[in-house]
Amino acid sequence: MEKMPKWADVILTPLISLILAMAISALVILAIGESPVMAMKTMVEGALGSSYGWGFTLYYATNFIFTGLAVMVAYHASLFNIGGEGQAAMGGLGVALVLLYLPLPHWAIALPVAMIGAAAFGAAWAFIPAYLQAKRGSHIVITTIMFNFIAAAALNYVLVNKLRPVGSMDPASARFPESTNIPALTDIAAGLGLEWGKNTPVNITFLVAIVACLLIWLLIWRTRLGYEIRVLGKSEPGAVYAGISPVRITVIAMLISGGLAGLMAINNVMGESERLVLNAVEGAGFIGIAVALMGRNHPFGVFLAALLFGFLYQGGGELALWTSIPRELIVVIQALVILFTGALDNMVRMPLERIFLSMRRTTGGAK
Amino acid sequence: MTAASDMMGGRSATTAPAAIELRGISKAFGPVQANRNINLSVPKGTIHGIIGENGAGKSTLMSILYGFYKPDSGQVLVNGQPITIADSQTAIRAGIGMVFQHFKLVQNFTVLENIILGVEDGALLRPSLSKARGVLKQLATEYQLNVDPDETIENLSVGHQQRVEILKALYRQADILILDEPTGVLTPAEADHLFRILEGLRDEGKTIILITHKLREIMDITDNVSVMRRGEMVASVKTAETSPEHLAELMVGRKVLLNVEKTPATPKAPILEVRNLTMTDIEGVERLRGIDLNIRAGEILGLAGVSGNGQTTLLEILGGYPPKGSKVGGEIRMNGAPLPIGGRGCDAAQRRRSGIGHIPEDRQVEGLIMDFAAWENVAFGWQDAPEFTKGMLMDNAAIRADAAAKMERFDVRPRNPNLAARNFSGGNQQKIVVAREIERNPDLLLIGQPTRGVDIGAIEFIHKQIVALRDAGKAILLVSVELDEILALSDRIAVMFDGRIMGERLPGNTTTGELGLLMAGVTDTDHTPENAGIPPGTAHVDDLPQEPV
Repeated sequence: MEKMPKWADVILTPLISLILAMAISALVILAIGESPVMAMKTMVEGALGSSYGWGFTLYYATNFIFTGLAVMVAYHASLFNIGGEGQAAMGGLGVALVLLYLPLPHWAIALPVAMIGAAAFGAAWAFIPAYLQAKRGSHIVITTIMFNFIAAAALNYVLVNKLRPVGSMDPASARFPESTNIPALTDIAAGLGLEWGKNTPVNITFLVAIVACLLIWLLIWRTRLGYEIRVLGKSEPGAVYAGISPVRITVIAMLISGGLAGLMAINNVMGESERLVLNAVEGAGFIGIAVALMGRNHPFGVFLAALLFGFLYQGGGELALWTSIPRELIVVIQALVILFTGALDNMVRMPLERIFLSMRRTTGGAK
Repeated sequence: MTAASDMMGGRSATTAPAAIELRGISKAFGPVQANRNINLSVPKGTIHGIIGENGAGKSTLMSILYGFYKPDSGQVLVNGQPITIADSQTAIRAGIGMVFQHFKLVQNFTVLENIILGVEDGALLRPSLSKARGVLKQLATEYQLNVDPDETIENLSVGHQQRVEILKALYRQADILILDEPTGVLTPAEADHLFRILEGLRDEGKTIILITHKLREIMDITDNVSVMRRGEMVASVKTAETSPEHLAELMVGRKVLLNVEKTPATPKAPILEVRNLTMTDIEGVERLRGIDLNIRAGEILGLAGVSGNGQTTLLEILGGYPPKGSKVGGEIRMNGAPLPIGGRGCDAAQRRRSGIGHIPEDRQVEGLIMDFAAWENVAFGWQDAPEFTKGMLMDNAAIRADAAAKMERFDVRPRNPNLAARNFSGGNQQKIVVAREIERNPDLLLIGQPTRGVDIGAIEFIHKQIVALRDAGKAILLVSVELDEILALSDRIAVMFDGRIMGERLPGNTTTGELGLLMAGVTDTDHTPENAGIPPGTAHVDDLPQEPV
């Protein structure tokens, strides 16, 4: 009865979108006189050809998993949270405050406390747009995007005027205490006697992200709260009939969403830079939108899409390093992938649906 | 049954070609036949009423006339000339103007700016505005259509906004004016004024088509009337030669007699008591004007009425969710204890805890989540129920088992709990809802339109379940626009009109004619519950001409 089989919806559509994006990227690379084959080779080798490449790819992917999950949870309540950027930035502030001002003797204690700080700050930043949407009908797309700018400006102020150590010329906080540094995956591998991912930023947060995927899957499809979120996302009159408060669920879904975006700070602020720097999020909040869209709003899909975008980020960096393809063009390639997998999703989906429908009609006729 | 032949001009000459003539118009939306072989002839210079229930196909027909929809088949003639109305511009050029139920005005523009919108001549606004000002002045004196041309729309009353819509049509030189439910938003005084305007327009030779479901308006101002039911034009008559009762019968229709086997009710203690329930909606319109109802254990109270007279609002308030921004007054008691009627603590979950089940009027919007699988819909509304939950988790295995059992007992086909609700037929969708609500064994079951869009076999099954619940000693409020259903199922019948209970009858002691009159708002002096079951004819029933039906 569905328009097309699930496997086509989940695998074929994003795959074709991806191939289209790559084809156009190849044309662009050709147009500036470089070889697309070489470029692809550089990207694959740089991102996946060594444990060093993998280390970076997974590091970026970890960021995107959190922001992707954030967009996904809100989406299930039919809320479009594009404020992941600001929420993740605020999460960074939460991590910095917790780690700088609380005495935390060991990373195993620091990690959960910092997670609470990150999630609380991200959630708090999502709360205001959520409340305005639920109570006043202010559109969440407008408010969350505005809150990104407010977060950036506020963080700027806090870093320059409050957190910057006396005498430092760098708009960044002091380094976090040594005791709070969480282990990198390379350290864990070394502990197991393996040499893997030397000098890469990927850290234990990657494992936290995998657990987060599982927990969010559980939340959305196994808990009562998830049921209520999905009901609201499908039909507000239905939710009201079922005794589910749209206001309450809107706020809760956005709190979870903002908390997930905030949790990204564990990876980039606590795990990588070990201090809070300006613009720490680097657009990961926006990539999260594409990750959620491409991942079909399923945690497993988000995980795969995050890996892909991690690859694009790391591969793009390698491309800039080893070829004369300018940095800007790499952004263009990333943007094409976002465009095709996210925004132009229906361009591929609808013809595919038509093909499957006509196929069914012919086979149905044969019966 | 044919329209065109029955209908020879009510008021003006019969020889001139009709202003509008429709021949065999049909229009389907997917499987729904909205209009079926419609014939209609509207003579020039008359007011023609089109009456029918919500969903009878009136608005679709008028949208075809105004070029919003293309008919699947059939022909439209304007002033005797066949014409293809591809869009609203064609309609306007043919002299057709439309006043929509929901105005299409730019709220922060002035009256004048709204009037020239879309017919500005040239790039500069000033010449058009001054031309419009002149025309407006003339129209105002001619038809009592006084509106300040420089006032912004948002500062005008609803009645005046409607005048702007009429002026817009006249400014575009409309000779044929279609008004869709024009009095729905008006106060009685405003409605009266509108009717004077319409009569003035008619006397100037304009043709007016009035779409409504209010019988009284039809009787008051139309020359001819056509009745639509379920997409068909069932009659076209001169207003002077008909009666409200006759029209009510035609509108509601008589189907094959429903056969429900049931024993006489043995009502016991009162379950639901409603006292002086009022509701004013967000626009300040009174939707319920003091409802009093009693339902006892072991009886079915049928609430009859043309849809849109407050039944939906009543169900929503009893179900715990008054419309947003509305003000509710009065008292609701359930098993003797007062229920909250608004604000905090008043929601559907609270009602369910008080022992109220609810089969909503619209299963696709409220009763089911269409994208959810059938088994997930079995927990819908009861997601807090202890047997469906394990702490914070849903007990999906238990829900699936329960769904499979319910689908078995209620013969839902196909018997596949994993299928999305939207992939079931209407009847089977409704069975899922009915199974879910009835098997909760509620003290009071609210039922809205239980068999709308449901096939005959499923209707019978659902009716049986309702009677069985009554026999188990539960109270049932049945709201339906199907008079036959009300008559077949109810132990008592209350008729609702314009936010009031017009009267109560016993099904054995009344006729569809009498109920039709009450549904049309013909006043009944006694409408206290104590007087339920007074024999027909004691009220105003005999004052009106009885048409053979």
